[in-house]
Amino acid sequence: MTRKISFKQAINEAIAQEMGRDETVIAMGEDNVGGMGGTGELDAWGGVLGVTKGLYGKYGDRIMDTPISESAFIGAAIGAAACGLRPVAELMFVDFMGVCFDQIFNQAAKFRYMFGGKAVTPVVIRTMIGAGFRAAAQHSQCLYSIFTHIPGLKCVVPSSPYDAKGLLIQSIRDNDPVIFFEHKLLYGLEGEVPEESYAIPFGEANVVREGDDVTIVAIGRMVHVAQQAADELAKEGIQAEVVDLRTTSPLDEDTILESVANTGRLVVIDESYPRCNLATDIAALVGQKAFGDLKAPVTMVSAPHTPVPFSDALEDLYIPNPARVKSVTKEVLEYAK
Amino acid sequence: MIAQLDKKQLVQAYSTMRRIRDFEERVHLEFATGEIPGFVHLYAGEEASATGVIMHLRKGDYVASTHRGHGHCIAKGMNLLTMMAEIYGKKPGICGGKGGSMHVADLDLGMMGANGIVGGGGPLICGAALAAKIKKTDNVAVCFFGDGGSNQGTILESLNLAAVWQLPAIFVAENNGYAESTSSRWSVATGNIADRGAAFGMPSAIVDGHDFFAVYEAAGEAVKRARDGGGPSLIEVKVNRYFGHFEGDQQTYRGPDEVKNLRETKDCLLLFRKKVTSQGELTDEELDQIDEEVKREVDDAVDFAKGAPKPEASDLLTDVYVAYA
Repeated sequence: MTRKISFKQAINEAIAQEMGRDETVIAMGEDNVGGMGGTGELDAWGGVLGVTKGLYGKYGDRIMDTPISESAFIGAAIGAAACGLRPVAELMFVDFMGVCFDQIFNQAAKFRYMFGGKAVTPVVIRTMIGAGFRAAAQHSQCLYSIFTHIPGLKCVVPSSPYDAKGLLIQSIRDNDPVIFFEHKLLYGLEGEVPEESYAIPFGEANVVREGDDVTIVAIGRMVHVAQQAADELAKEGIQAEVVDLRTTSPLDEDTILESVANTGRLVVIDESYPRCNLATDIAALVGQKAFGDLKAPVTMVSAPHTPVPFSDALEDLYIPNPARVKSVTKEVLEYAK
Repeated sequence: MIAQLDKKQLVQAYSTMRRIRDFEERVHLEFATGEIPGFVHLYAGEEASATGVIMHLRKGDYVASTHRGHGHCIAKGMNLLTMMAEIYGKKPGICGGKGGSMHVADLDLGMMGANGIVGGGGPLICGAALAAKIKKTDNVAVCFFGDGGSNQGTILESLNLAAVWQLPAIFVAENNGYAESTSSRWSVATGNIADRGAAFGMPSAIVDGHDFFAVYEAAGEAVKRARDGGGPSLIEVKVNRYFGHFEGDQQTYRGPDEVKNLRETKDCLLLFRKKVTSQGELTDEELDQIDEEVKREVDDAVDFAKGAPKPEASDLLTDVYVAYA
């Protein structure tokens, strides 16, 4: 049965259902329970934004608080995964990768290759991304490109409650290390989500809107920006196709290339910094494999090459928005060889 | 019986230490021929540490090692043939030639790998110990790290996490006097790494790493505590290495006779031999026979490694993921 729940509830439900299905699934993170060792109530927070609230009551010691000690507990989740558990660890904000990245990219990502194909490391690292929360430079970044760069990691960036649940269930069942990026501005977004458990395979993009004039590729929260821009363009008779990649590694190259073969025009929206990001990666892909299909240069809409600013006056300028996407897309359509 | 070890166990202890020593002395010689690629860090001189700790472990117990990891691998029972082949970068190597000396591992033996990152094993062993605790086995997990690793945040964070979660973990600091070329007398602020145990409310001990029996006894207490649910411990093994940080290191940071004196007065194999023969537990002939057997094992390992094929071009792209759509 389907009903409307939030992105945040969808994530909670995915973890809860997998913990119920498989007792090797555990969850851990800073304040994941909250209140540990205090004089007030246990399960006080359920994660800093309440995503894991209520799981402690259901699963007790399999949902664990950790000290603020990301190197140790992210590494512990990785070690436990190599020893038969399926941990879901929460790295509160992706910005904190700087204090624990070694465990992710030198340990988890490389075990299988370095150890000759014998290691299985089914760990999921959930982490918040994204600007728009007035959270400034160290709590607002979209660093998925850095993880996508690393062989051995899989990277998931859901855009809807339905995808969040299905992709997280797939992440937990997957036998490779998965980084699951949750845009903090999407937590409150509501959408239709089946009550029952379901998994969405990796590497399968979702064409969220069909159109023949231009392809707009996006991920995470930028899928909604793309859709809003496409709505506006439609009022002017321009039909944009919006492709939600869902996962950056593996990448569904076929869906991108098929769409570009049809439209001949590509706009990529990426909330991350503009150099060596997802947009440049997809631009390079299309430049190499679909050059003959292109009627106009590939165009990228990204954040500027600056840290995320604090003031709303600046942050609102910083994040790609529907008006910018609309205007850039119109330039692409007006391009004449 | 010495320290509750019967004759069979004494033979096992000596054989393991001798196996590590011969393996490392031989890798040292073979490296000089240019046939072994990459970075190699030898464990010779420290054999009593790996052996004294790991003799308390079962197959299901976990060990995380360091870049100086050959000794821990051998003590945990790794096959010498495939281990040597790995160090030579050959296809039948334990990791298919994709890991090499710094990443040699055998998860089936609970050997979670040598590690190219100093201090990298601490968090991993917290995870291994957590898995044992959640699955309610009575397995334990041991993190070996060096004096260099003792200054990494990962190790200090892991000591705290293991104490907070009351994990069945044992942290073994192998203080061999030098982090690369820098003396631990200078780089470790407390003087004794074991002193840091108190900061985490953790039982800790300092042992003479040239004395197998001292290591064995201290490790026995720590492993029992962990298995019985008593939480983590820290052991500092004061020891020395006979070779450089890596093969090719001229060791100009050490005094001219430092290693010579160590080999003559502090050698763990000589001290072990003296003790067991003087107490009549084993004879020189019995020990000599072990030496001969081990020499043949190491010869066989080198022959196997040299004769083994290299990986094929098609191996380059395999084993990155379990599955990748």
